Amino acid sequence: MIESSLSQMGAALRAKKISSVELTQLYLDRIAQLNPELNAYITTRPEATLAQAKAADARIAAGTAEALTGIPFGQKDIFCAKDWLTTCGSKMLHNFVSPYDAHVISQFNNAGAVNLGKTNMDEFAMGSSNETSHYGSVKNPWDKARVPGGSSGGTASAIAARLCAAATGTDTGGSIRQPAALCGISGLKPTYGVVSRYGMIAFASSLDQAGPMGRNAEDLALMLNTMAGFDERDSTSLQRDKEDYARDLNKPLNGLRIGIPKEFFAEGLGSDVAKAVEAAIAEYKKMGAVIVDISLPNTRLSIPVYYVLAPAEASSNLSRFDGVRYGYRAPEYTDLADMYEKSRAQGFGAEVQRRIMIGTYVLSHGYYDAYYLQAQKIRRLIAQDFVEAYKHCDVIMGPTSPSTAFKLGEKGDDPVQMYLSDIYTIAVNLAGLPGMSIPCGFGDNNMPVGLQIIGNYFDEARMLNVAHQYQLATDWHSRAPQGI
Amino acid sequence: MSLSTTDVEKVARLARLAMTPAEIETARSQLSGIFGLIEEMQAVDTKGIEPMSHAQDVAQRLREDKVTEFNQREAFQAIAPQVEGGLYLVPQVIE
Amino acid sequence: MTWEIVIGLEVHTQLSTNTKIFSGASTAFGAEPNTQADAVSLALPGVLPVLNKGAVERAIKFGLATGAHIAPRSVFARKNYFYPDLPKGYQISQFDLPVVGQGALTIQVEPLSGNAKPYEKTVRITRAHLEEDAGKSVHGESQGVTGVDLNRAGTPLLEIVSEPDMCSAAEAVAYAKALHTLVRWIGICDGNMQEGSFRCDVNVSVRKPGQPLGTRREIKNLNSFKFMQQAIDYEVQWQIDTIENGGKVHQATILFNPDTGETRAMRSKEDAHDYRYFPDPDLLPLEISEEWKEQVRATLPELPHAKQARYVSNYALSPSDAAVLTSSRETADLFEGVVKHLLSQGVGILTSPETPSAEAHAGQFAAKLVANWISGEVSAQLNRDGLDIAQCPITAQQLGGMLTRIADGTISNSGAKEVFRTMWAEGGEADAIIEAKGLKQVSDSGAIEAIVDGVIAANADKVAEYRSGKDKLFGFFVGAAMKASQGKANPAQLNEVLKKKLAG
Repeated sequence: MIESSLSQMGAALRAKKISSVELTQLYLDRIAQLNPELNAYITTRPEATLAQAKAADARIAAGTAEALTGIPFGQKDIFCAKDWLTTCGSKMLHNFVSPYDAHVISQFNNAGAVNLGKTNMDEFAMGSSNETSHYGSVKNPWDKARVPGGSSGGTASAIAARLCAAATGTDTGGSIRQPAALCGISGLKPTYGVVSRYGMIAFASSLDQAGPMGRNAEDLALMLNTMAGFDERDSTSLQRDKEDYARDLNKPLNGLRIGIPKEFFAEGLGSDVAKAVEAAIAEYKKMGAVIVDISLPNTRLSIPVYYVLAPAEASSNLSRFDGVRYGYRAPEYTDLADMYEKSRAQGFGAEVQRRIMIGTYVLSHGYYDAYYLQAQKIRRLIAQDFVEAYKHCDVIMGPTSPSTAFKLGEKGDDPVQMYLSDIYTIAVNLAGLPGMSIPCGFGDNNMPVGLQIIGNYFDEARMLNVAHQYQLATDWHSRAPQGI
Repeated sequence: MSLSTTDVEKVARLARLAMTPAEIETARSQLSGIFGLIEEMQAVDTKGIEPMSHAQDVAQRLREDKVTEFNQREAFQAIAPQVEGGLYLVPQVIE
Repeated sequence: MTWEIVIGLEVHTQLSTNTKIFSGASTAFGAEPNTQADAVSLALPGVLPVLNKGAVERAIKFGLATGAHIAPRSVFARKNYFYPDLPKGYQISQFDLPVVGQGALTIQVEPLSGNAKPYEKTVRITRAHLEEDAGKSVHGESQGVTGVDLNRAGTPLLEIVSEPDMCSAAEAVAYAKALHTLVRWIGICDGNMQEGSFRCDVNVSVRKPGQPLGTRREIKNLNSFKFMQQAIDYEVQWQIDTIENGGKVHQATILFNPDTGETRAMRSKEDAHDYRYFPDPDLLPLEISEEWKEQVRATLPELPHAKQARYVSNYALSPSDAAVLTSSRETADLFEGVVKHLLSQGVGILTSPETPSAEAHAGQFAAKLVANWISGEVSAQLNRDGLDIAQCPITAQQLGGMLTRIADGTISNSGAKEVFRTMWAEGGEADAIIEAKGLKQVSDSGAIEAIVDGVIAANADKVAEYRSGKDKLFGFFVGAAMKASQGKANPAQLNEVLKKKLAG
């Protein structure tokens, strides 16, 4: 059952071949067995989870089940879920039991889905290896000495280890796509504004976007159907007609124009990754796609631009964590200023403090124009690169990450090295475009490689079609790590 | 680019982060490295380019002026570090 | 006067919306602490702001009322600083692109020194922008701690910033009062200063004539016009003394203590005002269409200044009468209601209209009568009872009914005062009160002649003195005759008859 697709699971549940309680218990048992080592979940509440499963079974019995009813999902610990500890990977929220549900959580609840637990993540989604979590690093099921990627590393690891049917992620600079690539699963970051950010703890508001992560494109389409949609509580949520993201899954790819940006294959790309990605592109040619050489000339600049804009927004977004109304407060302090400074210094980890400081600096008096404003201007140039590119192609493809999963602790204390590994994913967030990663083979040390597919605005259905057709032709996505 | 100790101290104070001199020094060296990366932006000619704040070119949606939220003080204050008589307590504020 | 005073105001007006600027929590005043602090007001992790249409509408109204440019596109920015009453650690405000641009307000200044004449002045308004209010810190509950109530956090504010156009406490107060009148007039703010709905920050500096601007100090959060005047007077003198004693004024934020009448620098918020403004990524640009602007314009009432001008030109009222009558919309409504009533009763219309401006004459006559009563008796009674004009117990209909009876000679002025007092305390229409109290004047010429004859007969010696040239005695006869009529004789008629009969 755990190798079934979501639609197969849903069908089995509705046909009463298995109950939601049984299916949920199966996953809870796997979590109990495997999570102590993988550390993919921060919080599980088996009782609450099984109660949801029971309710789902009642709904199935009543004949009002929807596609996802009774299916157990993991939820990234960035989403506020009522009565659930919601930590965002931080000590700052070690005691924050959310009094409300994020929009994404409500959507899953309304669909009758079951919440298995809150998945581990880099603290406040700041990181590419899941090593910044206050709750310990997450292990990659393909090699437990290696990172799962970040920041949605707990979700990626849990999916790869079959500790959930699928799970949610969020992506500010690649946090869905990169861990998906490193763990050999599929993940989609939708167009900015397609999924409401309400209740999703903000990192960089103008870049953050939630999306589905799972074992295949078809599953992602089903999840996105539930996650996407207008929400009046988020001013940046887009008012668009509801769409069925699975509608084009089976379209043939004849004549599909795939843009290959030369900048994505330049210096810095691991040769093992390049090989797997090139093989995937060759596979697409076989399916009738046309390859178009394109250029995204400002790709290199996306790193400095991102590392100005995201920390700037984050420095402000994280000011609310002050030990006054919720969350961590230092045990000892002398006065108000001391209470603030100690609570924040003790509550935030090193990477979060680093980014708060970068952001504070670039916004401070005298530097705004040189950093923040300049970065916003180059952001437009980066977005325009894509507009130009899409005049010549339908989707863009390339590697998701320059390398496969690296070893825990390998990048150590050098934030710059870590930041550079976001090179292929960041521009997509800056432009607000949809992007996804699907497994396309294995590189050195037999670690998974991800193929990135970047679509034009609101082109998720086409991207899912492109990914699904590849997954019909290949079986990379259905490989499981050994011992799982 | 290299940041000075004073720069880092000022930023830490603005961001309300208590830091020891040793932490300031570590931060100074790491931030200087990161700003080395960021400085690459400065060479780009952006004359006449409109800054981009949002991914979508959409106007703000407006909410009707109707009360939709009701008292949840008990639930909200159950997770507060220190409350008394419905008030959140902080060390004395001196104006 | 060797020093010039330069004053500019920043006024925070709480907009009279039902809900907060970025969430659907109520803004009602006086609720139990934190019962109106919803998830957005508390800045729970993950919550987001959505802009209140009612707040924007009120900002547009203000812009139109001050002849200002309404920005077709304005932007919300974050002003970052830490304070317990600021839950997000930033205030959502507007910085580069405010919703309301440059406008102006014409004010009527009543100088404080005895013999200077009132004058008009136009104060330029730099801008007005939308922002959210902070919560409240409650001190003194327990030792060493401050309580935080976030009910007020997120209440919409329109911050109205003036140019430093005022050069005396009187001008600053006149401007603040005119603004206070205007925001209530157009219905965007309840103006309740006790509850903090209208709060003024005053920037004060002094300089020698011809010199560049001096360093300013900002007096924060003044919530009464009296305190504003006291604070400015004290601050100006302090700055002058400081400079004259060889000291220097340093830029500072200061507080006024009404108990001591002194100002002092604030101790908090002093560390580096580096607010790190940047556009709020959670909010999109606010766009205001020409169409929306026109819809709002159609809802605007005639504004105080336009009304004043109309009263002066149509009714020949003095500018200061006109200013009193337009001090609030309720006063103006009462005035216009009573005038309308009088004209409908034909008051002031000449019986044989020889002049082409008979209508204007009627209007002027009625207006002057009403103006005198509103600025006289009505205002005195309101003061005595500690009431606001909005709580005035007498309607335009009632007051008009009474004034009609003055104009047609049914009652005398002193009789009218009694009618008024009764009406105020017990209600009722003028005619009924006149009837019940027997206040009708004697206007019957036969009756008056009889009274006059009686007085003349009883005072033969005085009549002789009068006739021999002692004119001053006329007052004596008026008094005696009035007394004989029990105060009910029509005074004009009585005078006429007396004059005729005394002449012999």
